[in-house]
Amino acid sequence: MLSSYLPVLLMIVAGIAVAGGMLALKSLLGPRNATPEKQKPFECGRESTGSAHARFSIKFYLVALLFIAFDIEIVFLYPWAVVAKGLGVVGLVQMGVFLGVLVLGFIYVWKKGALEWD
Amino acid sequence: MELLLISTLKVILVFAIVLGALSPLAGWAERRQSAMIQDRVGPNRASIGGFRAWGLFHPIADVIKLMTKEDFVPATRNRYLHTAAPMIAFWSAVVTFAVIPFGPWLQIANLDIGVLFIFGIASLGVYGATIAGWASNNKYSLLGALRASAMMLSYEVTLGLTVVGVLICFSTVGAQELVVAQAGPIWNWGIFKQPVAFVLFFVAAMAATKRAPFDLPEGESEIVAGYFLEYSGMKFVMFYMGEYIEMFLWSALATVLFFGGWQIPWVPFEGQTWYEFAGVAKFLAVLVAIAFLQMTVRWTLPRFRYDQVMDLGWKMLLPASIGNVVVTAVVIIATPAGGVLQRVALLVGNAVVVLVALAVAAAMKGENKIGVTTEALRTQRSEEAVH
Amino acid sequence: MNQLLEGLTLSDLTFYLVAALTIVSAAGVVFSKSIVYSAFALLGTFGGVAGLYLFLAADTIAIVQIMIYVGGILVLLLFAVMMTHKIESVDVTSRSMDLHKALPPAVVLIALIGVIAKKTEWKLLKAPDDNPITAKLGDAFLGDYLLPFEVASLVLVVALVGAVVMARREVKGDFSRKAEKESE
Repeated sequence: MLSSYLPVLLMIVAGIAVAGGMLALKSLLGPRNATPEKQKPFECGRESTGSAHARFSIKFYLVALLFIAFDIEIVFLYPWAVVAKGLGVVGLVQMGVFLGVLVLGFIYVWKKGALEWD
Repeated sequence: MELLLISTLKVILVFAIVLGALSPLAGWAERRQSAMIQDRVGPNRASIGGFRAWGLFHPIADVIKLMTKEDFVPATRNRYLHTAAPMIAFWSAVVTFAVIPFGPWLQIANLDIGVLFIFGIASLGVYGATIAGWASNNKYSLLGALRASAMMLSYEVTLGLTVVGVLICFSTVGAQELVVAQAGPIWNWGIFKQPVAFVLFFVAAMAATKRAPFDLPEGESEIVAGYFLEYSGMKFVMFYMGEYIEMFLWSALATVLFFGGWQIPWVPFEGQTWYEFAGVAKFLAVLVAIAFLQMTVRWTLPRFRYDQVMDLGWKMLLPASIGNVVVTAVVIIATPAGGVLQRVALLVGNAVVVLVALAVAAAMKGENKIGVTTEALRTQRSEEAVH
Repeated sequence: MNQLLEGLTLSDLTFYLVAALTIVSAAGVVFSKSIVYSAFALLGTFGGVAGLYLFLAADTIAIVQIMIYVGGILVLLLFAVMMTHKIESVDVTSRSMDLHKALPPAVVLIALIGVIAKKTEWKLLKAPDDNPITAKLGDAFLGDYLLPFEVASLVLVVALVGAVVMARREVKGDFSRKAEKESE
């Protein structure tokens, strides 16, 4: 079990090494002559004003919240999907109840207009 | 130690395939293809000794150029996170290839949770965009980052749900087991059991790679370049390559789930050596074909509006994929396993899902926000024209 | 597993590295003065915990940990950080942090845990077999743990409704109404 994860560990390390190597290559080969002009944040040719970290619509936050709920639902679906054939009708009904409740929640979210993007 | 040695060899081989062959060729193919679509000549100047080879040397020239470029950054950036972001984007795309079974032998790690592993690691890709946008300390970047993360999250739901139907059909989450389960005649492939799931998966995968028509996070006409606006040189390349690698990742996963992976239809694998190579070739051929389709879509369709992207994800793809899961489960359990009846019933069930989805879409059109807004705008404009 | 040194296998070494990652990142979450770095350090903690699950031979749980906590909940945290104005200038370290007062309880607690760990007879289970645990989880969800499983869907719906109630703007269709008035 653990030994099958050794190659994954290797891949993780190799991925970090390649990514780090690319950055190292950049700092070795790339020229460095920063000027104040270059170091300004890009702003379509004019001086940028105020902080870049402005406030943003709560909509994005709502999307993340909805995502978590559905992500957890999907995570529950995976183990069932693998054994769905074996569990047969009983499992189908049990999963149907689970999914049905969530679909009701989804319809509520939809009707409340939380999915409208404006 | 033997395991370590073989794994190292496989890791190097996979890196060579993905980074050494697929990504540079994709860069070349995409530029040539877009040139063909837009009736241009495309890249053809780079030459070695006067030999141009249809611009095939351009990727090499690009690599040399980008390595020697200055990496200039805004002074107000967050130093550490600004450097970490491209690493995360690149890393999360590459590591997922650990479980992709290119062939019967060429798979770095045969995990029991193969497909889940891909989803888990790929979900880290959100951080690349989000942190890049935040750390750049630029308004456009932050806007692009928010767009990117919200869109990727929305479509990850669909990606995850479409796979459930396939898992029900094959009763496993292991990548290699999924491929083995599709051995035999061609109609054992996932695409013939879950055609709707493939379409949903394909669309959601295109959104997950943030490529056109889903390239709102980098919509250059609105927010310049989005979350990687303040990146140049090698760091930019890492985002760019991460995007390509992710495209190949979803193509590879589609090959595993829907096109029998390395299985050659009707030809059983009984440990033959030639099959190992032929299987890898077949896998790569299907992978490249799907990636090519993604590129074609990219250069054919215009960019969506953000509310359209969100509507498509949450109101069309998500309900359709839930419906697909339910229909698939009912059909699989109601019909005897492996028979012709089951195959036909699955296709009929898929057709029902499509019909219901289309009917719902048609019914929604009356109150569809997209339709209403454009209609309202049109009437408003015509009224203005009258005044 | 491969023997690296006397009494230290590769898996042992990896375990200590993962545990160190978890603890160091957790400390980073607590002690970092910038909330952004705290959120970022949480990434390491969650990843490390996923690694610990792997060592318990629970690979499905490990990947679920990454999918839900890293891929979902931490993104939510980052969104909150990103949407809060001038969050960098906020000094989040708790003012009530007083080393002198905190030290005695901490020492007692660590000693207590140490004594318990020492006194407990740890049963060494045989390394679990190679059976995929995803299928076992499915059987358990729809078998012995059916009620908690079904209740989980209710919890999720409550979360959905709560999200909508909290995040939805009460003034709906403000823009279109304004446009209507203007066109009138």
